[in-house]
Amino acid sequence: MGGLQKKKFERGSATNYITRNKARKKLQLSLPDFRRLCILKGIYPHEPKHKKKVNKGSTAPRTFYLVKDIRFLLHEPIVGKFRDYKVFVRKLKKAYGKTEWSAVERLRENKPTYKLDHIIKERYPSFIDALRDIDDALCMCFLFSTFARTGKCHVQTIQLCRRLTVEWMNYVIAARALRKVFISIKGIYYQAEVMGQPITWLVPYQFSHDHPTDVDYRVMTLKISQGLFSIYKLSALSASLARVVSTAEEEEAELDQFPEDMEKMEAREKEQKQQEAQKKLFEGLKFFLNREVPRESLAFVIRCFGGEVSWDKSVCIGSTYEVTDETITHQIVDRPNIDQQYINRYYIQPQWVYDCVNAKIILPVEDYFLGVTLPPHLSPFVEEKEGDYVPPEKMKIMALQRGEKPANEEEEEGEEEEEEGEDEEEEEDDDNDDDEEDDEEEEAEEKNLKKMEEQRSQGKSLQVKVTPGKVKVENPARLEQEEKAEEKRLAIMMMKKKEKYLYDKIMFGKKRKTREANKLAAKRKAYDDAEKAKKKKARK
Amino acid sequence: MEESSGSMRSSKQREEMKKVREKTARKRSKEEEEEQDQDQDQDQDQIFNFNNKPAEEEEEDEDLSDSEDSVYSGLEDSGSDSEDDEDEEEALDAAADDDEEEEKEEQAQRTEERRRKEGGVTDGKEEQKKDEYEHDSSDEEDIRNTVGNIPMEWYRDFPHIGYDLDGKKIYKPIRNKDELDDFLDKMENPDYWRTVHDKQTGSDIILSDDQVELVNRLQRGQFGDVNFNEYQPSVEFFSKDVMIHPVTNRPADKRSFIPSLIEKEKVSKLVHAIKMGWIKPRRVEDDSRGRYYDLWSTEDSSILAKHKMHLPAPKIPLPGHQESYNPPPEYLFTDEERALWEQQDPSDRKLPFVPVRFSSLRQVPAFPRFIHERFERCLDLYLCPRQRKMRVNVNPEDLIPKLPKPKDLQPFPTTQSLVYQGHSGLVRSISVSPSGQWLASGSDDGSVRFWEVRSSRCMKTVQVGGAVKSVAWNPNPSVCLLAVALDSVVLLLSPSLADRQVVSASERLLSGQDEVEPAEGAGPVTWGEAEGEELNQGIRLRIQHPKAVHQVVWHTKGDYLASVMPDHSSHLQVFIHQVSRRRSQNPFRRNKGLVQCVSFHPVRPYFFVATQRSVRIYNLVKQEMTKKLQANSKWISSMAVHPGGDHVICGSYDCRLSWFDLDLSTKPYKMLRHHKKAVRGVAYHRVYPLFASASDDGSVIICHGTVYNDLLQNPLIVPVKVLRGHVITHDLGVLDVTFHPTQPWIFSSGADATIRLFT
Repeated sequence: MGGLQKKKFERGSATNYITRNKARKKLQLSLPDFRRLCILKGIYPHEPKHKKKVNKGSTAPRTFYLVKDIRFLLHEPIVGKFRDYKVFVRKLKKAYGKTEWSAVERLRENKPTYKLDHIIKERYPSFIDALRDIDDALCMCFLFSTFARTGKCHVQTIQLCRRLTVEWMNYVIAARALRKVFISIKGIYYQAEVMGQPITWLVPYQFSHDHPTDVDYRVMTLKISQGLFSIYKLSALSASLARVVSTAEEEEAELDQFPEDMEKMEAREKEQKQQEAQKKLFEGLKFFLNREVPRESLAFVIRCFGGEVSWDKSVCIGSTYEVTDETITHQIVDRPNIDQQYINRYYIQPQWVYDCVNAKIILPVEDYFLGVTLPPHLSPFVEEKEGDYVPPEKMKIMALQRGEKPANEEEEEGEEEEEEGEDEEEEEDDDNDDDEEDDEEEEAEEKNLKKMEEQRSQGKSLQVKVTPGKVKVENPARLEQEEKAEEKRLAIMMMKKKEKYLYDKIMFGKKRKTREANKLAAKRKAYDDAEKAKKKKARK
Repeated sequence: MEESSGSMRSSKQREEMKKVREKTARKRSKEEEEEQDQDQDQDQDQIFNFNNKPAEEEEEDEDLSDSEDSVYSGLEDSGSDSEDDEDEEEALDAAADDDEEEEKEEQAQRTEERRRKEGGVTDGKEEQKKDEYEHDSSDEEDIRNTVGNIPMEWYRDFPHIGYDLDGKKIYKPIRNKDELDDFLDKMENPDYWRTVHDKQTGSDIILSDDQVELVNRLQRGQFGDVNFNEYQPSVEFFSKDVMIHPVTNRPADKRSFIPSLIEKEKVSKLVHAIKMGWIKPRRVEDDSRGRYYDLWSTEDSSILAKHKMHLPAPKIPLPGHQESYNPPPEYLFTDEERALWEQQDPSDRKLPFVPVRFSSLRQVPAFPRFIHERFERCLDLYLCPRQRKMRVNVNPEDLIPKLPKPKDLQPFPTTQSLVYQGHSGLVRSISVSPSGQWLASGSDDGSVRFWEVRSSRCMKTVQVGGAVKSVAWNPNPSVCLLAVALDSVVLLLSPSLADRQVVSASERLLSGQDEVEPAEGAGPVTWGEAEGEELNQGIRLRIQHPKAVHQVVWHTKGDYLASVMPDHSSHLQVFIHQVSRRRSQNPFRRNKGLVQCVSFHPVRPYFFVATQRSVRIYNLVKQEMTKKLQANSKWISSMAVHPGGDHVICGSYDCRLSWFDLDLSTKPYKMLRHHKKAVRGVAYHRVYPLFASASDDGSVIICHGTVYNDLLQNPLIVPVKVLRGHVITHDLGVLDVTFHPTQPWIFSSGADATIRLFT
């Protein structure tokens, strides 16, 4: 029985994880610095499989990092810079305390700075990787660029953000990369495609933010640092975007040379054509923006699709032509009516532009005239699968895309599809119904029998009567279906417990989906009916 | 010497004055003083004489001059010296008349004047005297009162107010002013407004016009001296013009032409610090700032391998239709949905916002939680543990096991064909005669009914007088006997529903052993013969048990009969009776749990006893337990043995049916959870590979269970049909189930007082 007793928590998963505090101590960093480092390096906590084992038997809630990750952080040159900065702050404080202004000046001049180039290169080894992760950074940039100079963050940061966002938008316009736009209640979503990567960002509406008070200052700074980081990423990126623009044409040329299957090629070509068409959506159109519409967003979108756009001189610099220009084709207005109207142009509401972009075609302008109730603005990001609810407006747009004229047929089709889903649900109940039917028949027979018995007991002779039997019409298809359904049910009974659980879960999810779709459809129907009734009343 | 003597003198005089003050007759004392003073004056000892009374004629001129003097010299003279003097003197004669006061003032002025004059006479002495005077003035107050700068309340309770230089008490003025005095003073005294109370001495001081003026000037923020011109033109002394004369005639310092050692030390320290790298030279402005370059111009594959384990953060889910500023109407909340949304915890909500509709874009407000949401996203990005989640992507159809089609496994009962009605209570037990022609049923209404299977006619009804728990037809085809369990009795019936031969054979069996008298008549079980009416009904034998009997079972041969009396407390739970010899015995000595049901092995001398949790198999020949089957379910309700004898099924109240393969293990080979409620009865078909289970959910499930002769092949169990028909009454559905002995038919009896036949 020799040998030392094995100690607990010295092998296995306990050695693979490290708590946050320990990691911090190992790196000799303060918590904010540790956070900053983790954000910069992209290190995130890990949830161990067996928390108790890793936590040395305790169940206290702790954040765990992988030991490997922390070891990876140990070699980071930035850690040294963080320490330098700490020393710098200490020295500065001391100099201030002693009122040694020359020392303060000297220290200020030698303020330690660090660069993030190598980290970005490390996290995003290729340009595509960086593009994939640019979403959040862009969102933050756009948010910061709308901040007022309230002292919540550095003015330089705001200015930098503003510049970067403008650069980015310019790139998107130059590359004609914008694909989808969506006006939500939160802000305006844009989706662009850069080097095959869809990039989505959200721009808040141009209002002053009331800075939330419950986001404490430390976290705000963290946020800013996060923002800074992302901005840096973007800044490094924007330089290389120029390269992309120059190479874009080459890539297109290359596309044709790939030897591939004919079908794929065809599909691809079709898609390509569609995209090309979309890129030139507004080409030849001349827009004029009234002062009440969101100028930046609209100008950006219109220019992305090749349209010309201008606005009133007094609104902002950069207007190219006046309202009086006779060649203007569309004037975008967001007010109930307008006094002076020109005959040779459409006065439309801003939603038209966005809807056109999403539909990839020029939509009829009738629905978007001044003072008209706008059709619903649909999200271009929703891709309906089979069995999902499709709003009728989407059906209409799809029909328009196919080149059909708006008709009611499509709508009916959609409804039929929805009904099919319902049928499936009902099927299961059918068998039970049948049984009940049988029961009913039997009951009827029984009643007859009872009557007969009574009559007999009363001593009456039975009235013997032969009635012609009815031929039961059996639907062979239905019978077969029933049989199959029963078979399935019986087979389900024989499932193993585990599988049955999974199966039930999947089926539950499916049913819930159909239920939601049905609910939406029912709501829509009720709404439409109400509208119709209103119209009828109005006519009368 | 002179100075000191002078001061001595003055102090002396003061002392005298104080003494004088104490006296009430002031004038007289003054005169005395004057006399003294005059004496001193006459001494001509270059000693200042304060209280010297000058000639009356000079008074006015001197007064004028004095005022001029005070004006000229500013604050110092008139403010400090003469006033102080005056103050003191005023303090002295607080009670004296105004005239006297004037006199005093005049006196003081005069003395001062004189002093001046004398100062003017002796030039050399003047400065020194002035100096001395200043010193005096600073000490002036101490001369009066030596307590120092303390809160004077400390002396409130004492008759004195402090001490003079000699350590003698300075007494408070005799009569303190009360409020009335104060008021009267205020009303009557025209100088009240310029009266100031001196706490140190406890006396009131009336300020002179000059003093009042001075106070006013100071309050206005002006200079104390009226004649001081603050805007007088300044003389540019240090100008750019080089004058012929140096400003000072001082020779240059040595340090001006010798290099400084201290500076040298400082410089060397700095140099050292620079050398050591402690002080960094001024940094050249970084040129790369604001300039960008292509970070990814050179693709480096070495880095690519470094970060393999990195999981990219999931993107924010894209918005759906409901987030639109103008969503389709079906996506808007109804009132109920909105109320529900508001009630829900923010973490439970499906949507983090309420869909809203705006009729035009200009009406859309800023989203109030925008910053919050961004912030939460940031937190998610760096705080959330990331995990690769394997989403099960299975087609649910693939999960369903592939079983042989029920069609191929026919025959089995599929439809309900007959209903046997007649009972008025729930039918607990049914049994089919071995020929398959008759069906016996026992009900809670206290009757046993015999039915013809094919016609569903009730051929015979026997009232037994108690709820029938169990009926069992003798499986021996050569006899026609039915065992009925009710209360604590087991009845043996001869229904005479067969050939005469068979009936007589059964009668013989029942009466054959009459002559052999059982030896142990005093046992717990007594055998008795039926008489009278009962005999007519067909009841032949009564086997009286000590406790309520729940079940009776025949052995295959039809001679032995087992009865079950579930009871925790005793070992008398199972009896085996031999009909031919009218003998009963209790095979078990020990109580091993509540016995639920028992069964005989169809071929071999084995006996199955099902307790709540397990099934025990006893070898009746060797009188020992051979196997114990663990049902893994709670509370077995029923049990059936396969006609081959190697398989057992057990139904339990926790909705399960367990199939045991005796050759395989003591654990169930298969657990079937088909029923939704407790399983009440199970049965095997004698010929076909079928078994059935009846449950409280009102259904009977027929399963196909092929048992192969090959020991290596496990039995194949396939559910083939769910039969429904019984109505659930009082939460009870189907209570018993039996197969027809030859046909693939099944009988089920239910709580709805019917028996149904499915074919």
